[in-house]
Amino acid sequence: MGTLRIVHYLNQFFAGVGGEKHANVAPERRHGAAGPGVPMQKALGEAAEIVATVYCGDDYFNVNGEAAIARIVELIAAEAPAVVVTGPAFASGRYGMACAAVGQAVEERLGIPAVTAMATDNPAVELYRRSLCIIPTGESVATTGEIVERMARIALKRGRGEPLGRPDDEGYLSRGIRQNVIVPQPAAVRVVDLVLRKVRGEPYTTEIPLPDVDPLVPAPPLRDLKTATIALVTSGGVVPRGNPDRIEARRASRWSKFSIAGLDDLSSRDFECIHGGFDNELVAADPDRVLPVDVMRELEREGSIGRLHEYCYATVGAGGPIERARRFGRDISAELLAAGVQAVIMTAT
Amino acid sequence: MVREMEGAGLPTVFFSSIPAIPLAFGATRILPGRAIRYVLGDPSLPLDRERHVRRRMVEAALQALGQPCPRPTLLSLPA
Repeated sequence: MGTLRIVHYLNQFFAGVGGEKHANVAPERRHGAAGPGVPMQKALGEAAEIVATVYCGDDYFNVNGEAAIARIVELIAAEAPAVVVTGPAFASGRYGMACAAVGQAVEERLGIPAVTAMATDNPAVELYRRSLCIIPTGESVATTGEIVERMARIALKRGRGEPLGRPDDEGYLSRGIRQNVIVPQPAAVRVVDLVLRKVRGEPYTTEIPLPDVDPLVPAPPLRDLKTATIALVTSGGVVPRGNPDRIEARRASRWSKFSIAGLDDLSSRDFECIHGGFDNELVAADPDRVLPVDVMRELEREGSIGRLHEYCYATVGAGGPIERARRFGRDISAELLAAGVQAVIMTAT
Repeated sequence: MVREMEGAGLPTVFFSSIPAIPLAFGATRILPGRAIRYVLGDPSLPLDRERHVRRRMVEAALQALGQPCPRPTLLSLPA
């Protein structure tokens, strides 16, 4: 068997181009492995070669959508790989979306298998896990070595067209695919065995995991805008200058509540953006780009809305766990309801 | 956060620069942000024009707050 050709997709940061300031670079291709591709090549040994690294800025990808994907797919196709590896993206939401979208496009348009890796609570996992082979990572880049080894092993299998084993055995996330297998015990015996294990408090693995159903009961619409008190909430990290509540720039553990009473807009003198997950210079220059106090005040004065709530709420939505976001939502809602707020405009960067 | 606020009885409009994420997570009233770096604005415009753009976006949000919205929906902004 000859050496398998692999193309690796990275963002501008992991490709070594630069950080957020370079998040606008267009798709490019370079020869050989880069960034996490270097240890991955070691893990692949002689069996495969990372012939090229294709990279793109995270902002560029997000803003250009389909055009960016099409260009990236074109660059990858030119290398005629047997398999494409994207990431690992860890907890980065934008990068995770890019890794997953590129993987899916490569599979659908080129018929080439793809492998990616990211943290299990990366938003892209929810969107793509049913169609893509995603290897779960932790949040920390320090685990790169171990993750690229697993990526290499699974990429080799996929590139050679070998079937993958069960998700738990191979180390990728279940895609919800059921495969028929022959087991010696009939279902009746297996289910009794599972029940006995459960009542004894022993570990057991269900054969049919139930979906995690969590329906949302939507709120009824506002009856009368002209009398309603409306609050502004953001995960975009706009806070009073000096960040008095010490909200973390990533994986925020709390939120900030601050008064906007008497303010006609948010000036960069008094407010700043402490979000660490995107290039926040433009928001820092005019925080109304995230919390639109200026136009809300205008609408309040004209009588289009009853009142703009005198407090804004802000946190940072970068890499934080979902359970934490839920808690923020619950706590903030309780305060808003107690204050007589009737509706919310929420912004996310 | 939006799910919890809606669930608590507060109609909530969500401006997101990556609407696919709130759609997948079951947020209901979703409007597209302009870009990650300027959700409600456009630094390429002069300030008064930018403010007008922002006002149009906020007006669309207010309108959405007055409409029933039982399912995750990506609403559109006025042209």
